[in-house]
Amino acid sequence: MKAMIEIEAVAKQFCLHNQGGAVIPVLSGAELSVKPGECVALTGSSGAGKSTLMRMIYGNYVTQSGRILIGGLDVARAEPREILALRRQVLGYVSQFLRVVPRVPTRDVVAEPLLALGVPADEARARAEALLERLRIPQRLWQLSPTTFSGGEQQRVNIARGFVHPYPALLLDEPTASLDPVNRETVLCLIDEAKARGAAIVGIFHDAPARARVADREIDVGRFTPGWAA
Amino acid sequence: MTQDTHYNFAYLDEQTKRMIRRALLKAMAIPGYQVPFASREMPMPYGWGTGGVQVSAACLTPSDTLKVIDQGADDTTNAVSIRKFFEKTAQVATTESTRAASLIQTRHRIPEEPLREGQILVYQVPIPEPLRFLEPRETETRKMHALQDYGLMHVKLYEDIARHGNIATSYAYPVKVQGRYVMDPSPIPKFDNPKLRMAAIQLFGAGREQRIYAIPPYTDVVSLDFEDHPFEPSKANHACSLCGADHTYLDEVIVDDRGGRMFVCSDTDYCATRQATGAAPAQTATSQPQEAQP
Amino acid sequence: MTPLFSVRDLRKTYGGRIGCTDVSFDLYPGEVMGIVGESGSGKSTLLNCLAGHLAPDAGQVFYDTRHSGMLDTLRMAEPERRMLGRTDWAFVHQNARDGLRMSVSAGGNVGERLMAVGARHYGQIRAAATDWLGRVEIDAGRIDDRPSAFSGGMQQRLQIARNLVTGPRLVFMDEPTGGLDVSVQARLLDLLRGLVRDMGLSAIIVTHDLAVVRLLADRLMVMKGGHVVESGLTDQVLDDPQHGYTQLLVSSVLQA
Repeated sequence: MKAMIEIEAVAKQFCLHNQGGAVIPVLSGAELSVKPGECVALTGSSGAGKSTLMRMIYGNYVTQSGRILIGGLDVARAEPREILALRRQVLGYVSQFLRVVPRVPTRDVVAEPLLALGVPADEARARAEALLERLRIPQRLWQLSPTTFSGGEQQRVNIARGFVHPYPALLLDEPTASLDPVNRETVLCLIDEAKARGAAIVGIFHDAPARARVADREIDVGRFTPGWAA
Repeated sequence: MTQDTHYNFAYLDEQTKRMIRRALLKAMAIPGYQVPFASREMPMPYGWGTGGVQVSAACLTPSDTLKVIDQGADDTTNAVSIRKFFEKTAQVATTESTRAASLIQTRHRIPEEPLREGQILVYQVPIPEPLRFLEPRETETRKMHALQDYGLMHVKLYEDIARHGNIATSYAYPVKVQGRYVMDPSPIPKFDNPKLRMAAIQLFGAGREQRIYAIPPYTDVVSLDFEDHPFEPSKANHACSLCGADHTYLDEVIVDDRGGRMFVCSDTDYCATRQATGAAPAQTATSQPQEAQP
Repeated sequence: MTPLFSVRDLRKTYGGRIGCTDVSFDLYPGEVMGIVGESGSGKSTLLNCLAGHLAPDAGQVFYDTRHSGMLDTLRMAEPERRMLGRTDWAFVHQNARDGLRMSVSAGGNVGERLMAVGARHYGQIRAAATDWLGRVEIDAGRIDDRPSAFSGGMQQRLQIARNLVTGPRLVFMDEPTGGLDVSVQARLLDLLRGLVRDMGLSAIIVTHDLAVVRLLADRLMVMKGGHVVESGLTDQVLDDPQHGYTQLLVSSVLQA
């Protein structure tokens, strides 16, 4: 089967122009391939570059060399509008942080990815509500902005946003980090379902049992740390 | 009357009259377009018709017969003094008869009697720019005219309807001339607007603002309006108390200290002519206080 | 897909001083581009050149017109450019007073563009104005009030309604949330996002507020001294800035 996410000879360094032009190499020679229906977990010690690699896949960080192919598009070279279209249709991302316009109701925050795809507002809201229900966000909170929610609630709103559209490729950054056991179980089910429908998933899970349950393979990002190669 | 030969014919010097005539020719060639001209100091204050007087002076010939009206009347101060001015400086014949006049200078009215080919109607104009009240920048209004960017004119009418339920502008009602320029017809009542398409030449002079514009004979003049609020020439809902006319523009005259009032033709010549031919009011000449509307 | 708006080698100088120079970019339908930079960086000069308010010294500004495709708006006849400016384009000023007629009612302000393109039915104009006041969350009962009686946030929303009533495809915004309270800003941002999405608008937004561009803009151009020093996807430029100036700009933002 053809890989959905394909990373070849990728390198990344940060250049801090305002700190004497310090150059910090983070990754080199990174390789990764994820097929539809497969979940790959990124591992490695803190600072090894797990989040950096994830953000490069999302187009959030600049990739200096190599290729990052997602559904055939090279994110490392693509135009902004191509990446935006990719993010709308193909590539979902559940980050650890919730970034939204203040006063927008939770329900609309979750429905937004569908509205951007042109799904009728009624249907988008209904799908958003179903997912919020499943993630046990109390109905009385749907009309409120998630900016005032607790960490765990915000995390679930983020997850709802990431799963409301069946993205063929998904990036998950600590999706179960601040969740109670019941909600954790729900999220793991969502991940299993996404895999079952053929989503290619790259995830970071500090939660080892969760990782063991959903990940098909583990990649130690430490292998790609420049100068640390064995 | 003693003739004062120290004045050039019609007061202005020949060069000035030529300059004004050039502006008039240009104005006739571009109906409704405001042509700048070098307005002169006249021996009367601004607001007393300096623009109209200069245009009249540039048009008058010794064989002309002049009529001057102010709000339709031949006998008001402004009309009398301008008539006297030209009697003195141009020695032209004057008349109060609309029919007998070859050149009529007017302030705020068009005579009721339809004008004919060969006659000239000269208007005194205080503010020639119809867009001024919404767009005070002259550079911008000139550009708007040049580009036919006239949406703003309808904004004014929109505001009227929004505030009063109908287009409350009752005088200086804006018109579009020959499908091109939006023009201020000077503060004539909107009752007179339909008469702006006429056989005579109409010339407009604004002395303080130094602008001349014109409507050649039989030019199309359309009063601006909305489809669902069409233009309506309105007048007081009465007949003239002196001649009984029910189709003329009327002045309201307070006749005593008890609120008694009457409505009479604002065009004094028209009213007098009707009375002379036997026309009479259908009912009592004055309304009594108890009948007066609150 | 062809760009909606395409800028090539734009330059504007004030005497010997550079306003902006060497600016080129393509904007595609539905894209929102932010232009950020500090005061004097040339971002407002650029916006005014793009919108036809200032005449640049050199360059081309192509726009995909509805009737005859890509045209250089700098070489258009003025009537055509003005028509574009009040139908297919919109300009939202930082100060609502610059974009509104303060002596004209809210309804008249919204209706002006319709009347300018030939609307002559009072009832329909008023209905359109009422509809748009609703869409920018202004109570229909305020339709005959003058903008001077409105709060700053309402004035800004009214200005947006006045601009969008003709269904433009390209909106220029100069610091649209500048000078507003934070809570009012959030409401306006949400409104703008919804309008951009629902109407498929393309927009160019000049601001110095990085939080505003993060929420509104798909792409970002960073300007300094009249030059574009960095451009790209908004979150990429903000989260992984490549140019020294952008790094400084991003790291200078005070965290609330």
